[in-house]
Amino acid sequence: MSAIAIKNNQQIPVSSIPLVDYHDFLIFNTSLLKLEENHCVNYFGIPKNNTIQLFCCVANDNNQNILISSSIIDKDKPYPSFSEQHVAFEKFEREIHENFGINYTNHPWLKPVRYAYDRQNKSNTITNYPFFKIDSEELHEVGVGPIHAGIIEPGHFRFLCNGEQILHLEIQLGYQHRGIEKLFLNKKRLVERNTLAENIAGDSVIGHTTAFVNLWESLCKFEPSDDILLSRIIALELERIAVHTGDLSGMCTDIAYQLGSSVFGRLRTPIINFFQQWCGNRLGKSLVRVGNNNFPFTNELRTKLIAVLDKFEPDFDEMCKETFHAPTVLGRLEKTGIITNQLGKEIGLVGMAARMTNINRDIRSSHPFGYYTSLAHQPILKGHGDVQSRGQIRREEVKQSINYIRNLLNNIPLKQKEVTTNLQLTPSSFAISLIEGWRGEICHCAITDEKGELIHYKIKDPSFHNWLAVAMSVRNNEISDFPIGNKSFDLSYCGHDL
Amino acid sequence: MISLVLILIASLFFMGIIIRTKSITSGRKGPGIFQPMKDIVRLWKKGAVYSETTSFIFQIAPSIYFASILMAVLVIPFGSYGGVISFNGDFVFFAYVLALGKFFSIIGALDTGSSFEGMGASREALYSLLAEPAFFILMGSFALFTGHTSFVDIFTSLHFGTYISYALGILATFILIMIAMIENSRMPIDDPKTHLELTMVHEVMILDNSGFDLGLILYGTHLKFAMYGALIANFFTDSFPFYISIPIFLAVQFIFAIIVGMLESFNARFRMGNNAQFIFTLTSLSLLIFFGVLLILKKII
Repeated sequence: MSAIAIKNNQQIPVSSIPLVDYHDFLIFNTSLLKLEENHCVNYFGIPKNNTIQLFCCVANDNNQNILISSSIIDKDKPYPSFSEQHVAFEKFEREIHENFGINYTNHPWLKPVRYAYDRQNKSNTITNYPFFKIDSEELHEVGVGPIHAGIIEPGHFRFLCNGEQILHLEIQLGYQHRGIEKLFLNKKRLVERNTLAENIAGDSVIGHTTAFVNLWESLCKFEPSDDILLSRIIALELERIAVHTGDLSGMCTDIAYQLGSSVFGRLRTPIINFFQQWCGNRLGKSLVRVGNNNFPFTNELRTKLIAVLDKFEPDFDEMCKETFHAPTVLGRLEKTGIITNQLGKEIGLVGMAARMTNINRDIRSSHPFGYYTSLAHQPILKGHGDVQSRGQIRREEVKQSINYIRNLLNNIPLKQKEVTTNLQLTPSSFAISLIEGWRGEICHCAITDEKGELIHYKIKDPSFHNWLAVAMSVRNNEISDFPIGNKSFDLSYCGHDL
Repeated sequence: MISLVLILIASLFFMGIIIRTKSITSGRKGPGIFQPMKDIVRLWKKGAVYSETTSFIFQIAPSIYFASILMAVLVIPFGSYGGVISFNGDFVFFAYVLALGKFFSIIGALDTGSSFEGMGASREALYSLLAEPAFFILMGSFALFTGHTSFVDIFTSLHFGTYISYALGILATFILIMIAMIENSRMPIDDPKTHLELTMVHEVMILDNSGFDLGLILYGTHLKFAMYGALIANFFTDSFPFYISIPIFLAVQFIFAIIVGMLESFNARFRMGNNAQFIFTLTSLSLLIFFGVLLILKKII
């Protein structure tokens, strides 16, 4: 056996993960990815003296399994790379190279990823980032950022253009490395760690926090009660509705469609305001806590939420109909920023960005957790892979989430009496948690030592995979279509930079 | 003289009405009618900051740009009252004095050395280049129709009577509105509200301008709108007395502003690559006017 198969939110002893030789490790994982139903959810290393222990987690879309394999390599020796076989590993290996200085012999280009404070080579700084350059009199370079025109988050985009046509786009991130993964180890109190999880990415508060609490609870062998699970799924689906609606507004803004921009913008507000009523924060911070339900979903809240949704839905339907039938809007959205199914699979796309190019990849159906096990979720798929598909997915996922919430609201379990459980981490364990946030699959992994202390915490935001898709989707497009293409993915900068 | 005064008055509220219309259609109350003008006055009181990489061209460009618009305004007549300057062939002067201003705004943008501004400048140059035939075929047709070559003579001797000539009037109004949108870099060609440098045309060219210069450029847009509004109004204010023609003038400006606001509210911007095609259709529409005139004059058939 080269790997151990586990389910989502399962914890296993670290020793049960088979340790294999790097060569077998490489062959095993790259051959796994040759099958289309597999994709790499996380691949990271832990330093041990002068060696690095690598962990590779490959999830299967069909049989709910996550295959964990491991190998120990020397820091100083060069190794053949996974990326040579499968480009989906490209960024993971760049990260391992950046953190530990492992030299891959045949990696396409070991560029820095995020300039971690504890990176191996301190002389690599953001000012000497090695951009792809071209010697040409006819082509020109356009650099955008790192300060974004809409003052969102920092990221630099370097275009190589032939007039108005983009030939190549390089995205350079890593301006805001906060060292979140290290902070998870340094902060010892649970509430601190919980708050940290809430602040990984401001637009996926519920997503990342749910991944964290699921992971923590599985490490503590804590079984959350129904009322906790219900709160979490409602919060996660509400976050999806709110962000998707806000994104539709943002997409309308980018094509200067004022009607859609203002109406979708207005529609997002009551949803996030409902979070405010529920837990006192519009983004849902402090709502999801390990082993606890500080803000149980009451019948009073249920009435309020139904009222909010009843008002939201007709307006949303009308505005979607208006937007997706306006010829000028369709003229901008259709055939813009296309990612083909083939390319999507090569990159290892996840989440909404995968589904828009007909890759059936949704953690809610492939690795369900909590209430999703009984929902029988059917992912919404689109085939064109263009901006229009990404807009349509948002529209339909919002409708789907509203239906799920309405069904869940029919039966609200009472808040269980709080049982004072001992939230002690199981020693020498490995656990993985996958969540389908609104953007896609969020993966958190944790490893504990013999004393039950955290020794490694690994976060992977869906943006980590998907940024490459943004760069690929704009090729041969007009440079003026880049903003709408970028917005239609709406990837996270801080989720990538951590 | 009367036209100059009226255009200046219209320029004070024109942009305010556009913004107000856009606010109301998106369910907001919106700022006061004179807010854009107040902003410009605020800018006029400020000093300008110049980048060290720019030369004197960048500094004189906004003034020349503004002066060119002012010059163009001077030739616009009001009904049978000629503009401050009026001579045979003044519509050619009108078009090229505007082009001169545009030339300076383009080299001013190039002078900054920013890749964005170069991009914007190339786009703006392309679009106004493409819009030029539409304007000349339109005015040329009317010159052919009336037998005169100055604005004031053309407009005084335009007689609407036959159905074809009414159709021509409507077509001409449409083309002038669209040319005004293109020349002012508004929707559906360009989005003046966008914050995205990559999609901008005119806005990106003036990224480096500040203070007084920026105020001049912004007021130039207001003036240009009012100027095209005045051109359109001339189709409707034959030789009425002042107490009728001045309200008609103001009403045309008002309706024009509302049309612009509506256009910008319910449409998305065109894809940049389709703009050229769209502008060409304006030229073909003005060819319709040309053929209409030939029909009326019995030069064909």
